Amino acid sequence: MSEPLSPADIEHVAELARLVVSAEEKEQLLGQLNDILDFVGQLQAVDTVGVEPLSHPTLGRPNPTQPDQATPSGLVLEELLSEAPDYDGRQVKVKAVFTDTEAA
Amino acid sequence: MKTLKTLAAQLDVGQKTSVELVRDYLAAARADSGLNAFLWQDEEAILAQAKASDERRAAGRAGQLEGLPIAIKDNLLTKGLPTTAGSRMLEGYIAPYDATVIRKLKAAGAIIIGKTNLDEFAMGSSTENSGYGVTKNPWDDSRVPGGSSGGSAVAVAADLAPAALGTDTGGSIRQPAAFCGVVGLKPTYGAVSRYGAIAMGSSLDQIGPFGRSVNDVRLLLEVMAGADPAHDATAVGLNQPAKTVNDLREITIGVPKEYFGEAMEPGVLTQIEQTIERLRQAGATVIDVSLPHTEQALATYYIIMPAEVSSNLARYDGIRFGLKVKQAGSLLDMYKQARTQGFGPEVRRRILLGTYVLSAGYYDAYYKKAQQVRSLVKADFDRAFEQVDVLLTPTSPTTAFTIGAKADPLSMYLADVNTVPINMAGVPALSLPCGLSNGLPVGLQLIGKPYDDFMLLCIAEKIEQIIGFTEQAKRSETI
Repeated sequence: MSEPLSPADIEHVAELARLVVSAEEKEQLLGQLNDILDFVGQLQAVDTVGVEPLSHPTLGRPNPTQPDQATPSGLVLEELLSEAPDYDGRQVKVKAVFTDTEAA
Repeated sequence: MKTLKTLAAQLDVGQKTSVELVRDYLAAARADSGLNAFLWQDEEAILAQAKASDERRAAGRAGQLEGLPIAIKDNLLTKGLPTTAGSRMLEGYIAPYDATVIRKLKAAGAIIIGKTNLDEFAMGSSTENSGYGVTKNPWDDSRVPGGSSGGSAVAVAADLAPAALGTDTGGSIRQPAAFCGVVGLKPTYGAVSRYGAIAMGSSLDQIGPFGRSVNDVRLLLEVMAGADPAHDATAVGLNQPAKTVNDLREITIGVPKEYFGEAMEPGVLTQIEQTIERLRQAGATVIDVSLPHTEQALATYYIIMPAEVSSNLARYDGIRFGLKVKQAGSLLDMYKQARTQGFGPEVRRRILLGTYVLSAGYYDAYYKKAQQVRSLVKADFDRAFEQVDVLLTPTSPTTAFTIGAKADPLSMYLADVNTVPINMAGVPALSLPCGLSNGLPVGLQLIGKPYDDFMLLCIAEKIEQIIGFTEQAKRSETI
């Protein structure tokens, strides 16, 4: 469809996805992702005027929902916390979100 | 043949204990280490489960699957056991709870006999993309077992477990079942709760069983299916069959021409055509049908699936669980380092693709367009099922391909052409072995009406009897 992906597009998308792409990988991805986008571009030729988008197969039954009520999960806090790289008491420790230079 | 049914009969009459049964399977797995089917098998822990099962049986409390070993794909959470999804991102992760399907299997008395290898986060069609090594096909170990549930398919095909669970987002149960010569079912979207399944594409994912017979697959589905209102709202359950099928003369089978494309190997075509002929002779009505948006379904899938992947995998930030990166500078650096080191190349590729198609300026052109085409794909199936009871296609255009043969990502994606449309529509489908081509199994795909999985299995069982594959071509007899 539109223009192929540029190296700058890959950098932008990698930033959005919180990934680091090496120069070598960028070169390879450029070819691979453009091949895939070229393949999926065939959809532009399909007439979809007036067609509703389908986000998931509903298959003729109402979508089930859960009551908005808190119930005990049965999960053990210590077991959940033990998977975190760092924690203190009942809380997961993370790096500072704001620094002095970019205080919000 | 060691099916769940025959093993259950042995346990019932006391011919064998569960401990003895499990010991046999563990010994087989030890002797067959080159296939790399299992990522985790702790013999002591597994034997302890079997001992507890024998005690329940002795106390007269035997469940529906009492004492029977089941292998589990490693993207399903199993409390107290490692669960990696085949990713270095989750190396050392111990699941803090059981997935609903695991809880149900355990409540029915089943033994978890190990966690099986898969393409990382279930992304792949060959089980070559695992962070823990390639799994090999027991029919020919220079070939892939298919994927992403390759470890589960191999465990059953190589007789390292009588049955297994997998997940199927675009063919990940059916295609490895076809490549390994076993039965694999992707239930209707919403048949089985996804609580505790590590999410890939949430509008497509479904958990399902592998077995050596249609009957075994049904036995597992009966235990697995149904809503889990206490934990989530991902399932609504299934219809009970309104009638049973006693004779194929009552059945109309549709053969969609779009599933017999250029990529199809002649040997696969021959097996499928011979099977169709035998079904005709058995009295089934076989008609040609058309699912005109089949080719577009694959393109649609490779927009919608990566979009959902990029959202679902955003949770791996190295903070609450997953790869531990301690030396990173800022919070943002930590996210990036954890995600870049933890994910393999195919996972990163799909995250980037998904992020791109959802990004500002491209959303309508890609994602919304794909969702519209998805409506058309589903409408194709709705129309076909006004005419037929079941659709019949090859599961895959080819038999198992050679390890390393599909290094280019797009060529690997094209291998999913016959399985992906089913997930787009949400309908149930299974792969049934129907013969051999050059010594490798060929899978027949049967597609059913939504929520009529038990009817699909009923028809499949009749077809299985006519094919007789399980009797004539066991792997051990061909090598």
